[in-house]
Amino acid sequence: MNVELRQVKTEAEQALSVTFKDARAALPGKGDVAKLREDAFSRFEARGLPHRRVEEWKYTDLRTLMRTAYPLAAPPDAAALTRAQQISGLFAGVDRQRLVFIDGVFAPDLSDLTEDAEEGVSIGSLAAALAKADPLVMAHVGKTVATDDVAVALNTALMGDGAVIRIGAGVTPHRPIHLIFAASNDRPQASYVRSLIVVEKGAQATIIESHEQLSAQVNSAVELVVGDEARVDYIRTARGRGLQIATLLASVGAGATFNTFAFAADAELVRNQAFIRFAGENTTAGLRGVSLLRNKDHVDNTLLIEHAAANCQSREQFRAVLDNDAHSVFQGKIVVKQHAQKTDAKMLTRALLLSETAEAYSKPELEIFADDVVCGHGATAGALDPGLKFYLMARGIPEQEAEALLIQAFIGETVEEIAHEGIREALIVASLKWLGAR
Amino acid sequence: MSMLEIKNLHVEVEGKKILNGLSLTIEKGQVAAIMGPNGSGKSTLAYVLAGKPAYEVTEGDVLLDGESILDMAPDERAAKGVFLAFQYPVEVPGVATMTFLRTALNAQRKTRGEGEFSTPEFMKLVRDTSAKLGISQEHLRRPVNVGFSGGEKKRNEIMQMAILQPRLAVLDETDSGLDIDALKIVSDGVNRLRSPDRAMVVITHYQRLLNYIVPDVVHVLAKGRVVKTGGKELALELEAKGYAEFVGEAA
Repeated sequence: MNVELRQVKTEAEQALSVTFKDARAALPGKGDVAKLREDAFSRFEARGLPHRRVEEWKYTDLRTLMRTAYPLAAPPDAAALTRAQQISGLFAGVDRQRLVFIDGVFAPDLSDLTEDAEEGVSIGSLAAALAKADPLVMAHVGKTVATDDVAVALNTALMGDGAVIRIGAGVTPHRPIHLIFAASNDRPQASYVRSLIVVEKGAQATIIESHEQLSAQVNSAVELVVGDEARVDYIRTARGRGLQIATLLASVGAGATFNTFAFAADAELVRNQAFIRFAGENTTAGLRGVSLLRNKDHVDNTLLIEHAAANCQSREQFRAVLDNDAHSVFQGKIVVKQHAQKTDAKMLTRALLLSETAEAYSKPELEIFADDVVCGHGATAGALDPGLKFYLMARGIPEQEAEALLIQAFIGETVEEIAHEGIREALIVASLKWLGAR
Repeated sequence: MSMLEIKNLHVEVEGKKILNGLSLTIEKGQVAAIMGPNGSGKSTLAYVLAGKPAYEVTEGDVLLDGESILDMAPDERAAKGVFLAFQYPVEVPGVATMTFLRTALNAQRKTRGEGEFSTPEFMKLVRDTSAKLGISQEHLRRPVNVGFSGGEKKRNEIMQMAILQPRLAVLDETDSGLDIDALKIVSDGVNRLRSPDRAMVVITHYQRLLNYIVPDVVHVLAKGRVVKTGGKELALELEAKGYAEFVGEAA
């Protein structure tokens, strides 16, 4: 028997059960949606919060890290919306279309909706779409990539609001679309946001998902459908206190280009997970990320890439800079199906440790069933190269500045890969700000 | 006052004694060659002057313009005018050569209480200097030394020297890995920097470099100390006879 008998629920698990019981009648969607929620919650109840003996969550033991489950956030009132307006994000200087969610609820008044609407782009709220069983949402929600991940199950059970975006075939919005999830206060509260983004054939979009939070628990999931020959650059950022679980479920069509970038700076507890499925041939994907961590920050980037079609190329490059007692986790699993011949998949993870007590965990996994593939992985972790530091200092650059320059270079090599200039610059500025606080 | 005075210098690296009571004086305007067999301590001397960590001075002193530099960090020494042209220049991924040069130059100037270079002034300085050394604009945009050939790396060292205008330049085996054309370009670059206000320490294993950079004085190093000093003809003598005499004598 390898079924674990769970007789004792943790305090957080009990609280989640109460939350679901109390909220399910009021959560948006009836019929099929309600059933989806019930099924998902049963899956959660059967397994409970993941812990260190669950391989995928080995280094981010939620059962220990999530001692309590906060109550669902109340919908923001006028005062909350006013407070939320003062949140200044990393991308203030970037021309983008903002879709703002406060405490998990869409705030149309803070978003850019009517003015300058893009031809061929439709934007709506998930709560509204679920309530009226919108066909686009019903066709995709919970179906983009199959996973039995418990955090996703919890999200499905409790999803309140989120964005529903459809970018029509061949459409290229002229500016990035920015999903902003922010907490309006520092009360302990939880939100479960779920978004669906469908980028149709040949369309091209840059999408940002950013989380600005105080002491909340946020469980966010985004289902992204990248159509054939489409291009999507997806950037997500995490900052602030609290627990944040952000899941990206992406299905990528034939001949598509798909880039993701996960940026975390001064983020207390983050689990970024991506489940990506290459469903069509000749796709190129670049999955990258940078984590800048200090104090007791913990950021976990976990990826599961499934090459289900032939002739696809994927590149994963994740870097972390860790100071004090921070922890970074990288888990990258590449699965190459038997018929996915000529797959070219490489992953590289590097950690720069600035203190004796910082810890970097790296776990690359390759599961290959095809016989004609090029797959590889590499991982390094270490301190700043003393030889490099001496070279810079011997040219007159003071120690602090020499270190900053080298760290900046370490980060820059990955950030440089972001295609959108404004976003790239904003993340370089954010990196410099993080460095400046050393 | 001599520009550089090395007094009875004893240096250990990881518990191993390398310099063993080395004394040496170099005057302003002088080009001094330091020659010696492998393992005699030539590179150690270069690193100690530049302040490389893990090179522990157990005895003696090094004075630059009468002031001890041993307690100074490498960047402070650089601001005082010490420059080491590395035998093996390191590759610095992610740092563009231009950024590196500008950061170094302005950091030194700031430490000395001088104003920063304006962008046009700096660009002109780099353009003029790199052109003389045959370094392309493309190289300047690339990360420092990344993907450069051995000769390109050495030329880059001399370019840095020309831009930073040190008072004391230490050239550690600048000739190693250079073909004859590159040797000539590098030597011309060094000779252009000869000045009555600047001293140079040219460390080399072979006499060949000294045909191009003609020294005022030649010191022979063996077993961690200076065993013979002479004029430029001493280098030719060593080329003919080898170092056997010194290796034996110091043992």
